Amino acid sequence: MSGKLKALWRLVRRLSGDDAYEQYLKHYIRHHQADAGHECHPPLSKADFFKQWQDEKWNGIKRCC
Amino acid sequence: MNKLLTNSIWILIAILGASAVGGIALNRGENINAIWFITAALCVYAIAYRFYAAWIAATVLIVDDTRATPAERLDNGRDFVPTNKWIVFGHHFAAIAGPGPLVGPTLAAQFGYLPGTLWILFGAVLGGCVQDMTMLFLSTRRDAKSLGQMAHDELGPLGGSAALIGTFTIMIILIAVLGLVVVNAMKHSPWAAFTVSATIPIAMAVGVYMRYIRPGQVLEGSLIGVILLLLSVAGGRFIDEHESLRLVFDHEGLTLAWWVMAYGFAAAILPVWLLLAPRDYLSTYMKLGTITLLAVAIIMLQPVVKMPAVTQFIDGTGPIFGGKLFPFVFITIACGAISGFHALIASGTTPKLLSNERDIHMIGYGGMLLESFVAIMAMIAATVLDPGVFFAINSSAGIVGAEAVDAVAKISSWGYPVTVEQMQNLARQMGETTLFARTGGAPSLAVGMASIFGSAFGNGMLALWYHFAIMFEAVFILTTLDAGTRVGRFMLQDMLGNIWPKMGETSWTPSVMLTSALVVSGWGYFLYIGVIDPNGGVNILWPLFGIANQMLAAIALCVATGILIKSGKLKFAWVTGLPLAWLVTITTTAAWQKIASADTRIGFFSAANDLTDKLLAGVLPPAKAAVAPQLIFNLHLDAWLTLFFVSLLWLIVFDMLRVCTRYLSGKPVLPLTESPHCPSRLVEDWVRD
Repeated sequence: MSGKLKALWRLVRRLSGDDAYEQYLKHYIRHHQADAGHECHPPLSKADFFKQWQDEKWNGIKRCC
Repeated sequence: MNKLLTNSIWILIAILGASAVGGIALNRGENINAIWFITAALCVYAIAYRFYAAWIAATVLIVDDTRATPAERLDNGRDFVPTNKWIVFGHHFAAIAGPGPLVGPTLAAQFGYLPGTLWILFGAVLGGCVQDMTMLFLSTRRDAKSLGQMAHDELGPLGGSAALIGTFTIMIILIAVLGLVVVNAMKHSPWAAFTVSATIPIAMAVGVYMRYIRPGQVLEGSLIGVILLLLSVAGGRFIDEHESLRLVFDHEGLTLAWWVMAYGFAAAILPVWLLLAPRDYLSTYMKLGTITLLAVAIIMLQPVVKMPAVTQFIDGTGPIFGGKLFPFVFITIACGAISGFHALIASGTTPKLLSNERDIHMIGYGGMLLESFVAIMAMIAATVLDPGVFFAINSSAGIVGAEAVDAVAKISSWGYPVTVEQMQNLARQMGETTLFARTGGAPSLAVGMASIFGSAFGNGMLALWYHFAIMFEAVFILTTLDAGTRVGRFMLQDMLGNIWPKMGETSWTPSVMLTSALVVSGWGYFLYIGVIDPNGGVNILWPLFGIANQMLAAIALCVATGILIKSGKLKFAWVTGLPLAWLVTITTTAAWQKIASADTRIGFFSAANDLTDKLLAGVLPPAKAAVAPQLIFNLHLDAWLTLFFVSLLWLIVFDMLRVCTRYLSGKPVLPLTESPHCPSRLVEDWVRD
């Protein structure tokens, strides 16, 4: 039961974008540390990431009739 | 044994569905329970999803789950992100479902419950869902390209420009008609006007909270916003009952229209985080929450549908909009059955999240099924009202008369009895001064929803439910309005950028100001005319919107059919070809009637001529004579616009046929732009957490 509730909570967080920063960090770790050959920028701070994420999200047709 | 069981279950679903559809189709003269609509819908959807959609996915499109999607190949952790299919479904549905499926069925209920319901069910499973699913598939195979780009790459520059122009014009008409719906809902209703205006500072507060106070805490911010929204619904009653405060929010339609335009302009130039994004969060939660609540209430309460199956207005004399059942029911209900606008979400936006091609079936086809279900619920909410009440709310003063006594006499004479006392009681219960001639569909839907919610969850708060429903509709109408204005601005900047590159810079202030002002004046003009039109404006604007939306759907289906034939799948081309042929038929017929009909309630030119004659003869009342020149100009403009839409449509149909004939006769055509196969490396349990 609590497992299902947790899964639902994860779903809600993912849908709303509440965990977007955590997803970004996961992505960052996967893609930037695997090949340490080149200089990496440090990951964005939560506030900076959120700014970029929100601006990008609204660049295009996002809502319909 | 197992197979036998599965087969028997599907046979049972088929029998149940056939009986339910047969029941609502053949019932005459008796009231019918809304639960039959739900049953019919669910059975039709289940069968279509399990068999037709699965067949299309496996045989026509041939989805390949070993193939990496653009989300996987181009994963950048931002816009291209392979995402769990339920999450993608949520995003996709939230993006496609707007106010369209709520307003269209409400207006089309003037023909009775049956024509609209059948079109919503079968139009969706054979047309709308197929369009959304094919578009999603084709865009996924083309690095998430947009409809316009695909039209350009696969058919040629003509198709590309047609899609671009089509998208831009539909946006203008759509925003105007939605603006009109909101204005009509707030007209002389201090409660509604207060609640709707309160959503703006609430959204801004949420925006500041998410940006600066607790950056990125989306759920926290949204929760605060939703609570504030609900408080503003309750607070509206205080405003409404306050002697002087109510005057601050009691306005004529025209004043409200200017405010809506000012709002649209502000929303297009303000940064997204301040208004657009937070408002969108709030509207999405409201939308999903209220639709779920409505479904639960209908299933719990099982209301009785009081509208007859078919009314006498199928002959074209309907009070809400003129025109015969064919083709106008198919134009009035666009969203919910087939909506071209979805092609813009299904291409470009959703494919960037899709982690595996096999999810296309559920997201593309299933997402549209759910929207169709929303339209069925809107149809139920409109038809549970007494038909007399329904027509009293939705008929404009220009049709039934401005005086309550005249209106009820006229409506009762049609065979739908209603009294002045009944309407006054209803208005009092809903916390409004009057419900006569509240055109646009939102007020009657809100009355329907309020009575369903009231009966299911307690009748004591009808006025609160009514204004909650108004707020719910207004909040996402305004979201479409501001998001649309902004998109229109970007498109215009892009187009002007081809002429003068400086205009294409999206952050250059003079360009931002100029293009935003142009887009707002585009839809603002139609909104203004709609408000001053004594016949309510919706009767003109909604069919125009329907024609534009179906035209966009036809463009999408042209691209899909062209690609199917170019991929050597001629024998399956009917899957998109038949809905296309149907859309071309209804759009062309409707456009022809809107241009050439001699009936002044249908034909734009005949209405313009009629008005000119009356103006010259001096028989118009002074109030109408004052606006007549503007109305005449607008009728001419609408006629030319309709002609433009239908020419654009035929242009792209011929372009598609040209490409297909060339391909079939072995002549060279533009090559398929499908990106090469690249094996998927996503580990099953990693992506499907």
